[in-house]
Amino acid sequence: MLVYLVRRFFLAVITVWAVSLISFAIIQLPPGDFVTAYIGQLQAMGTIVSQAESEALRMEYGLDRSFAVQYYKWVSRIFEGDFGIAMEYRRPVLEVIGDRLLLTAVLTFTSIMFTWILAIPIGIYSAVKQYSLGDYFFTFVGFLGLALPNFLLALVVLYIGFVFFNANVGGLFSPEYADAPYTWGKMLDLLNHLWLPSIILAVAGTAQLIRVLRANLLDELRKPYVITARAKGLAGWRIIMKYPLRVALNPLVSTIGYLLPLIVSGSIIISVVMSLPTVGPLLLKALLAQDMFLAGTIILLIGVMTVIGTFISDLLLAWIDPRIQLETM
Amino acid sequence: MAEETLIHSDIEVFEARGDERIYAASQWQLMWWRLRKHRLAMVSGLVLLLFYATVIGADFMATADPQESNAQLGLMRPQPVRWFDGWTFSPHVYAIEGKRDPRTFKRVYQADPNQKLPVRFFARGFEYKFLGLFPANLHLLGVEGARAEDTLFILGTDLQGRDLWSRLLYGTRISMTIGLVSVALSLFLGLLLGGVSGFYGGWLDTLIQRVIEILRSIPTIPLWMGLAAAVPKDWSVTKMYFAITIIISLIGWTELARVVRGRFLSLREEDFVTAAELSGASRMRIIFRHMVPSFMSHIIAATTLALPAIIIAETSLSFLGLGMRPPAVSWGVLLQAAQQIQAVALTPWLLLPAVPVVVAVLAFNFLGDGLRDAADPYG
Repeated sequence: MLVYLVRRFFLAVITVWAVSLISFAIIQLPPGDFVTAYIGQLQAMGTIVSQAESEALRMEYGLDRSFAVQYYKWVSRIFEGDFGIAMEYRRPVLEVIGDRLLLTAVLTFTSIMFTWILAIPIGIYSAVKQYSLGDYFFTFVGFLGLALPNFLLALVVLYIGFVFFNANVGGLFSPEYADAPYTWGKMLDLLNHLWLPSIILAVAGTAQLIRVLRANLLDELRKPYVITARAKGLAGWRIIMKYPLRVALNPLVSTIGYLLPLIVSGSIIISVVMSLPTVGPLLLKALLAQDMFLAGTIILLIGVMTVIGTFISDLLLAWIDPRIQLETM
Repeated sequence: MAEETLIHSDIEVFEARGDERIYAASQWQLMWWRLRKHRLAMVSGLVLLLFYATVIGADFMATADPQESNAQLGLMRPQPVRWFDGWTFSPHVYAIEGKRDPRTFKRVYQADPNQKLPVRFFARGFEYKFLGLFPANLHLLGVEGARAEDTLFILGTDLQGRDLWSRLLYGTRISMTIGLVSVALSLFLGLLLGGVSGFYGGWLDTLIQRVIEILRSIPTIPLWMGLAAAVPKDWSVTKMYFAITIIISLIGWTELARVVRGRFLSLREEDFVTAAELSGASRMRIIFRHMVPSFMSHIIAATTLALPAIIIAETSLSFLGLGMRPPAVSWGVLLQAAQQIQAVALTPWLLLPAVPVVVAVLAFNFLGDGLRDAADPYG
């Protein structure tokens, strides 16, 4: 167990490092250094920046040095809690991001919950009643869910909500709660808005999970031990619930490793479409305005969040299915 | 040997017909027979052929220059082609009259059923170069003797008064080929790295596997967005096209590499590889003469299944304004017009570019499934 834990932890640390390297590379990508851009921004607002001041800024960020030095400076600043300045807002990056990251995490978490809540019963139904009308229906819906990019689904849902129900289904809060401090009322309001984007996000993952679960359960149901159980007179549902389902569920847990990045990815783009106050719209705005510190930090934080989530799910997985530890040795 | 491992239903079908061709058929022949039985895959293949025909013949099928804008004709409703006039076959559309509403200052359009514009096949229209080589002006559909106000907007127009149908066709050209080029690049990376990983094993395998694992655990959309945002805004369409292609395949190769590695690992243990080794075949000969042909079909299936993800990636990026940018036309660029849902509620035809995205993605999925089932005709 310990060896497995250490291995997973080590991999998580390396992944975080890789994410930080990629994020920093993205910060560096646009032509020209960011001090030039920053000064341009300041001057556009009427602030005069002297040559000496700009030189000092350059020195501070080590822009005259190599990529490695700049990267080192950037990382050490982060460890001190300084993520740099969001140029457009002229405020520290962390302040701009605020509770948007938390809302992204909440959205991701509820989506994964919905994925399971929807996929498990439907998967069982499709396997037990193979080739029934319901099975064909869910197979069809599943294929459609796989094929429809989730931002298109969001657009269609918004359109239907607007045209047929005359309601704006976007956003995570009602206007009166948007800037209010967190209270019970606000939490309830959040739950009221959260389910729709969560389900939209969950569709693609659900479609995949249904197929996996259905195939696994079908394999298990054909095995002799199920026939034996049935021959001995065990009730229909108990047979399925007691053994085959538990075997078939294992891959479900292990898929979370790729389900999580998938859903986080989707949440970015869905948030833009449905104007949810997560990091998605902020990232897009930052990238379009070439506000690279803000954009890089968001990419870094999203990546780290995903890695932590995957790590936790790895631990859960090892706890549920001890065989996993041996497989990856 | 082949007789024993052939799937029984195939044998039975052929024996029932008194057909013994199955015993002599080549691997590819068997795969084709197997694929042919997969109806959905065959239909999907046909649909995809149509899509690629559109890629080649976009100019011919277009009814208007996709870049030609006319503010006087903005946000016009689709003009359905009416094929029959009474009982006689005479395709036509109703002429449309546009004027400004004196109260809302919006342009409103009114179809005039008395004024029928005859639509002709193989009509002369705007100039283009067929296949980029031969100057031509022949189009599949067109309005006879078109005056400026005689319009044929099968799917309506966008805000700038550009013909959506023609733009959709040109968008197909970019969206469908960007997938192909990207997947070719991904395939190259996947074959190279997956092959090295699977064939040599050892620390190189471990390293490549870890890199794949790391890449797969990072959300792709934010990464793509970050990379795509660095593409300079003043680049030409061609440069932009290749930049986006490279960005997408830089992250998209991992799944293909995994498939290739898996195949190499399982084939390495096969008898025929050992036999080739014992007969003194060189390593290169073993790989290219013996191993590659036997997993080629699996690679083709995996490649087909990788395409939808790439098409969705390009569409999403362009939709956000980070992928292809106007003047380039792709499905994602067209969908950008549908970002404001309040506006779309009044002009629902702007959501139409979503249809080819869904159809193409579904078709690639079904065809890929069929190919995967057929890939191992001895299984």
